[in-house]
Amino acid sequence: MTKGFPSMKRGFLTILFAAVLTAAGIFFPAQAGVFNPDTFTLSNGMRVVVIENHRVPVVTHMVWYGVGSADEGQGESGIAHFLEHLMFKGTKIRAPGEFSKILARNGGQENAFTSSDYTAYFQTVAVDRLELFMEMEADRMTNLVLTEKGVETEKGVVLEERRSRTDNNPGAILGEQVTAALYLNYPYRRPVIGWAHEIKALSLKSVMAFYKKWYTPANAILVVAGDITAAKLKPLAEKYYGAIPAQPPAPRLRPTEPPQSAKRTVTLKDARVRQPSWGRVYLAPSLLSGETQHAYALEVLANILGGGSSSRLFRTLVVEAKLALSAGAYYGADDRGPSRFGIYASPKPGVSMETLEAKVEEELAKLIDGGVTASELARAKKRMQSTAIFARDSLSGGARTLGAALAIGLKVDDVEAWPERIGAVTVEQISAAAKAVLKEGRSVTSYLLTKKTG
Amino acid sequence: MTPIVRSLLVAPILAAFLLVGVILSTGPAGAVTIEKILSPGGITAWLVRDHSNPIISMRFSFRGGAGLDPKNRIGLANMAASLLDEGAGDLDSQAFQQQLEDLVIRLRFRAGRDSLTGRLVTLAANRDTAFTMLSMALTQPRFDAEPVERIRGQLLAEIRQDTEQPGAIAGRTLFKTLFPSHPYGRPTDGLEDDVAAITQADLKAFTAERLAKDNLIIGVVGDIKAETLATLLDSTFGGLPAKAKSWALPEAIPQGAGRTIVVKKPVPQSSIVYAEKGLKRKHPDFYAAYVMNYVFGGGGFTSRLYEAIREKRGLAYSVYSGLHPLDKAGLIFGAAGTANANVGETLRLLRQEWARMAKDGMNEKELADAKTYLTGSYPLRFTSSGSIAAMLVGIQRDNLGIEYMDRRNSLIEAVSLEDVNRTAKNLLQADKLTVVVVGAPKGVKSSE
Repeated sequence: MTKGFPSMKRGFLTILFAAVLTAAGIFFPAQAGVFNPDTFTLSNGMRVVVIENHRVPVVTHMVWYGVGSADEGQGESGIAHFLEHLMFKGTKIRAPGEFSKILARNGGQENAFTSSDYTAYFQTVAVDRLELFMEMEADRMTNLVLTEKGVETEKGVVLEERRSRTDNNPGAILGEQVTAALYLNYPYRRPVIGWAHEIKALSLKSVMAFYKKWYTPANAILVVAGDITAAKLKPLAEKYYGAIPAQPPAPRLRPTEPPQSAKRTVTLKDARVRQPSWGRVYLAPSLLSGETQHAYALEVLANILGGGSSSRLFRTLVVEAKLALSAGAYYGADDRGPSRFGIYASPKPGVSMETLEAKVEEELAKLIDGGVTASELARAKKRMQSTAIFARDSLSGGARTLGAALAIGLKVDDVEAWPERIGAVTVEQISAAAKAVLKEGRSVTSYLLTKKTG
Repeated sequence: MTPIVRSLLVAPILAAFLLVGVILSTGPAGAVTIEKILSPGGITAWLVRDHSNPIISMRFSFRGGAGLDPKNRIGLANMAASLLDEGAGDLDSQAFQQQLEDLVIRLRFRAGRDSLTGRLVTLAANRDTAFTMLSMALTQPRFDAEPVERIRGQLLAEIRQDTEQPGAIAGRTLFKTLFPSHPYGRPTDGLEDDVAAITQADLKAFTAERLAKDNLIIGVVGDIKAETLATLLDSTFGGLPAKAKSWALPEAIPQGAGRTIVVKKPVPQSSIVYAEKGLKRKHPDFYAAYVMNYVFGGGGFTSRLYEAIREKRGLAYSVYSGLHPLDKAGLIFGAAGTANANVGETLRLLRQEWARMAKDGMNEKELADAKTYLTGSYPLRFTSSGSIAAMLVGIQRDNLGIEYMDRRNSLIEAVSLEDVNRTAKNLLQADKLTVVVVGAPKGVKSSE
């Protein structure tokens, strides 16, 4: 979820999928010393990460908060994302919208986004304007001012955002229902944008309480990437962010997932569907939740099974058996709570869901019985590790990866050592991970089907 | 940010045995230096060397795009673009794809209305293989039956699905209305029956006729030497025919002025798109229109449309306008999404803002703020190699000159209040707007 680029027209599933790809290694880490950041901590507990990149006199300045939709209270779904929108509505010293106007006048670009685990704000701007934006971002960390009218108007915007991302798109509606079915108790079951009826009920009072609880220096991470050094940034960080009084961080207490034992299926029939699709998600560990020892093996497994046009699923289902138009797998290890391992396929016209599903099951059985080959593993590792070099190319790549990792609860080293950890995965570990995770009783299978009209 | 204007630095150097002609030009704040490379075989590329990261990003473009698709083969350029990386030379589709994936070579082609574009991104270590594979894709594509049928199936599925996606329907309907008898009115993705009928012979004819040296434009950024690139240009593109088949796309005058078209779909939010005649890239008022559009509907969280429709009234999440210069037509266009009940109000506000900008224009303050944004944010485009490579191609495509990056901000600075307001008056005619609404809008009907 983002405050939004005017041109953003992707559906929620695409966003979700992109996020998963990111986690699976497209942006995420690789190569020894991936971003080589400098880090320090201010006296009030706010952490700072600096990534040098001197190509142009420009910096990306980001503030991440360790709070996302999974930290919301009962009945308050969407409040983290709603607050993200409202953060542009002014402070004790700045009128609504003034932040954006000042930024634009200074040639800067900005946005913000919310996930289940974090919320982040960023500006990309000439380095000689950085101090101004540090002052403004620090200001809105504590001095937000909201009005009833501002809150109600922005609710309209968020409801429109929900309509364009989800309600207008049957695939996205199904995705939302699948997630709610997969997580029986863990708050990932709530959509990041929130359920419409709960968005409508959010109040100025509840938003301000959420803001005061979570937007504190000890729960925030400053990431600056670009034409800057830690030595130059430190006095500025001390001056603007260091001046904010310390507060004990709010604990991130989340209900946990009970044992799962029943296979679930979720079906959506909609006249708007012209291309059916099949999907399956398994509840899976992440780097921070459940059987964490399987996380890296699962990343590699997803790559071998469904990471591209030469992956197992694509080759067997699409190229050889000619049952599907597309097929793949995805997994993200960087979640604070339980993650998911997903598989998808779109049947060719005339191919039944049963036939398609049987073929996927056959491939999964082959994987669980026979594992992967040493050659498949070696090739996947090389592919995944190489992505690190590409990730260093842009300013935002490193800033986003490190910011997200720290906001979730990972360490800088988890990012920097990622290529080595992927490199250490063995064929045996992949077999063990596949056996542990690909269990029917912990899965949701979804069918997106055409509903004949009339 | 102070506008950065650097004087042109021209230093032609001839490396005798390689015949690499080098012209240097610096970008914003001296961030990049463009070298014009002329290969021994006569192929030109613009290069920005950057050795900070061992990767190479190349973008290239062949003039002439989906607008040239032959009758009954609408979608040919798009299908060919989707198939060029699906097997070439002695590598079948799976072997080709596997080699790309194993070496993390990112190769992709795309068809636009006016060009077929491509990108190649590789680790410097795999440079020679990457360029060889690109060469194979361009000059020896196989178009084997398996990938042809597979890709056809995917394209047809997308076309079918697009018949139910409000945004896609809106865009297609708008172009059909604006250009009812011009190729621009046809969807670049193609027509279902035509895509179903495309043969291997059509695809082979496409590559033979349309991918040539005389319509090719190349931009390269990254960890590569000028001499190395010169050699690779010949080995990669030298096998292409000297000339593309001649073509002539007629000028396109947008039609449907003042029309409103409603396409009924049972969705909670209506997709709205709108357009009217705009300016082509070479028009003397293009920069005035560019500045005007930024203030009107182009500028992130600060434009007039954003302010009136989203910020003040909460009617939409996304609302914007933009310039869309094509080779044979210019458009100013935009889009918004709003609940069915609010379509009437949103359109009323849109037209009101359209008319207000035409009538009253903007003030000095708005112009000054627009200029500091547009000039100050220019260096932000230089933060990734892919973005720089895309600019190198764009500048060549529009014939803006190798010193364009130095001049660009002064062109923005030179726009006067009189220029923007005159251009606004000429361009923005609220009653001539063509509007397409897809959804179940309340109280809004198609005009006659």
